[in-house]
Amino acid sequence: MAIISLSDGRKTWRRFTPSQQVTRWFAYLVAVAVFVWCWNRISEATTWFFVWDAPRIAGDILSRATPPRWSYIDKLWWPIWDTINIATLGTIAALFMAVPVAFMAARNTTPSRLFIRPIALLIIVATRSINSLIWALLLIAIIGPGVFAGIVAIAIRSIGFCAKLLYEAIEEIDHSQVEAITATGGSRWQVMAYGIVPQIMPAFAGIAVFRWDINIRESTVLGLVGAGGIGLQLSSSLNVLAWPQVTLILLVILVAVVVGEWVSAKVRGAII
Amino acid sequence: MLRLVELTKTYPTGDQALKAVNLEVPAGQVLALIGPSGAGKSTLIRCINRLVEPTSGKVYLGDVELTTLGSSALRRERRRMGMIFQEYALVERLTVMENVLSGRLGYVGFWRSFLRKFPQADIDEAFRLLDRVGLLDMADKRADELSGGQRQRVGICRALIQDPALLLVDEPTASLDPKTSRQIMRLICELCEERGLAAIINIHDVALAQIFVQRVIGLRFGAIEFDGKPDELTPEVLTTIYGEEDWEQTIEEVDEEELDEAAP
Repeated sequence: MAIISLSDGRKTWRRFTPSQQVTRWFAYLVAVAVFVWCWNRISEATTWFFVWDAPRIAGDILSRATPPRWSYIDKLWWPIWDTINIATLGTIAALFMAVPVAFMAARNTTPSRLFIRPIALLIIVATRSINSLIWALLLIAIIGPGVFAGIVAIAIRSIGFCAKLLYEAIEEIDHSQVEAITATGGSRWQVMAYGIVPQIMPAFAGIAVFRWDINIRESTVLGLVGAGGIGLQLSSSLNVLAWPQVTLILLVILVAVVVGEWVSAKVRGAII
Repeated sequence: MLRLVELTKTYPTGDQALKAVNLEVPAGQVLALIGPSGAGKSTLIRCINRLVEPTSGKVYLGDVELTTLGSSALRRERRRMGMIFQEYALVERLTVMENVLSGRLGYVGFWRSFLRKFPQADIDEAFRLLDRVGLLDMADKRADELSGGQRQRVGICRALIQDPALLLVDEPTASLDPKTSRQIMRLICELCEERGLAAIINIHDVALAQIFVQRVIGLRFGAIEFDGKPDELTPEVLTTIYGEEDWEQTIEEVDEEELDEAAP
C-alpha cells in the first residue's frame, strides 16, 4: 500500500509503490520465460508422429467399442453388487475405527496430548497417505485375492480421512455446552454423549456419506489387482481387447457412481 | 452454607484472577457479583464447582470441602450446585425435554441416560418445572428453535432439576433484551425464594442487580472491594469498583425503576 504526496500537497493512494510495481512486472516476465522454455523442452521430447496419429487411433477404438455389448450385462450384476458392498462395508468398518481415533486425536478430548495424540495422528497420516490400490496389493499378498481383501483395503484407506475430518469437527464444538453438562455432575462418558456427540452428529453423517461416495469410485478399480468387484471384469476385457464389453463396464460404473452421488446428496440434505 | 476461604486462582499466563477471596453465603441468600470485565467474576463461580481448578484456598459447601475431592465425589457435590450460563449453553441439537433431563445426569447411570430412559419421577419433575416457567408446550421442540428468553428458561429448568442447594449464575441476562432480562432475573429470584436456594449471580447491569438481590459484592482485579446492601451502592462505591465515571445517572434511574416496580 502506498500513500504518495503529490506536488500540490494533496495525497493520493495506489495499491503498490513504484518499486513493488517494477518487481511484479519482472516476476511476470520470468514466469513467461520459464513457460516458453518448458514448452520447447517438452516439444523436443515428444514423438509428434504419435500425437498427430492419436485422433485416428481414438476414432478407431471408438468405432470398435460401439455399440456396447449389452448381452454382457448378465455377467456384470454380481461384480457391481460386490463393488457396492466393498464400498459400503469398507466405509462402515472404517467409521468404527475412525471414531475412537478421532476422539484420541482431538486436542479437547484426547486422554494424553503427549503420548496418545501423536499415535492417533500417526494412524491418520499413515492410512491416508497410501492409496487403496497399494493397500489392496499388500492385503492380497497377506489374505489372498477376493472381496474381503477389497473391503479391508477400503476400510484402512478411509480411517485417516474420516478420523481427520471428524477430529476437526470435535475441536470446533461449542465448549460451553460441554461445560454445562460437566456442571450437572455428569460422568466423562455422559459429557461425551450429551455435550459432544449431538454437536458432531451432522459432521459425522456428512463425512460418512461423503466417504461412501468416494469409496464406490475407489472400489471399481480394486478388481484390477484382484481384490474383487467390477474391476476384475474390466481388466480381463481390456486384456483381450473386447472393447464393446469395456464400454458397457464403463457405463455400469458411471451409473453406479451417479446413483451413489445422488444418495449421498439426499442424505446430506436430510441431515443438515 | 457456602464459604470461600482465601480462594486464589492464578492462570498459567501469570494473570491473578482471584486474590485470596473470602466470602460466606448463608442458605437462601441471593447475592449479586458485580465488577468490570476481567475482574474475576466468571472465574470465581467456576472455581466453586471446579470447572476451573483453583490454585489455592478452600471452598466449603455445607460441611464438605470441595477443592480436594476426587472426581466421583466432586460429581456428587456438583449435583448440589446448579449452573446457569450467559449464552444459555443448551445442547442445541437436543430437544427441550432432553436438555432439562440432562440436569439429572449426575443421578442416572450412563446407559439409562444414553438410551434416554430417565426415571418417571424425573420426567414428572421436568414437566412441573417447564410448566412453572411457562414452556410446557415447547417440551418436544429442539433447543435451537427457541428464542433467547425461552432458552434461558430451559437453562433454569436444567439447573433446578438437579435439586441444588446453590445456584451459580453467570451473566444470565447479558444476551437478552431489557424486558426479557427483567423477567429472567425476577424468575430466578422468585424460584430461589420458593425453594430456599442460595444464589451467586454475576451481572453487569448494576441497576438490575439492585432491584432484585439482597446483597451485592463488588469485585475489582480479583479482590472484593464492596460487600453490602444494594442501596449502599453510592457513586463513590461504584467508582472504587469500576473506576471514575458519572454514576449519578445510573443510580437515579434505579430509583425510578424501583418505583415502577412497586406501582402495580
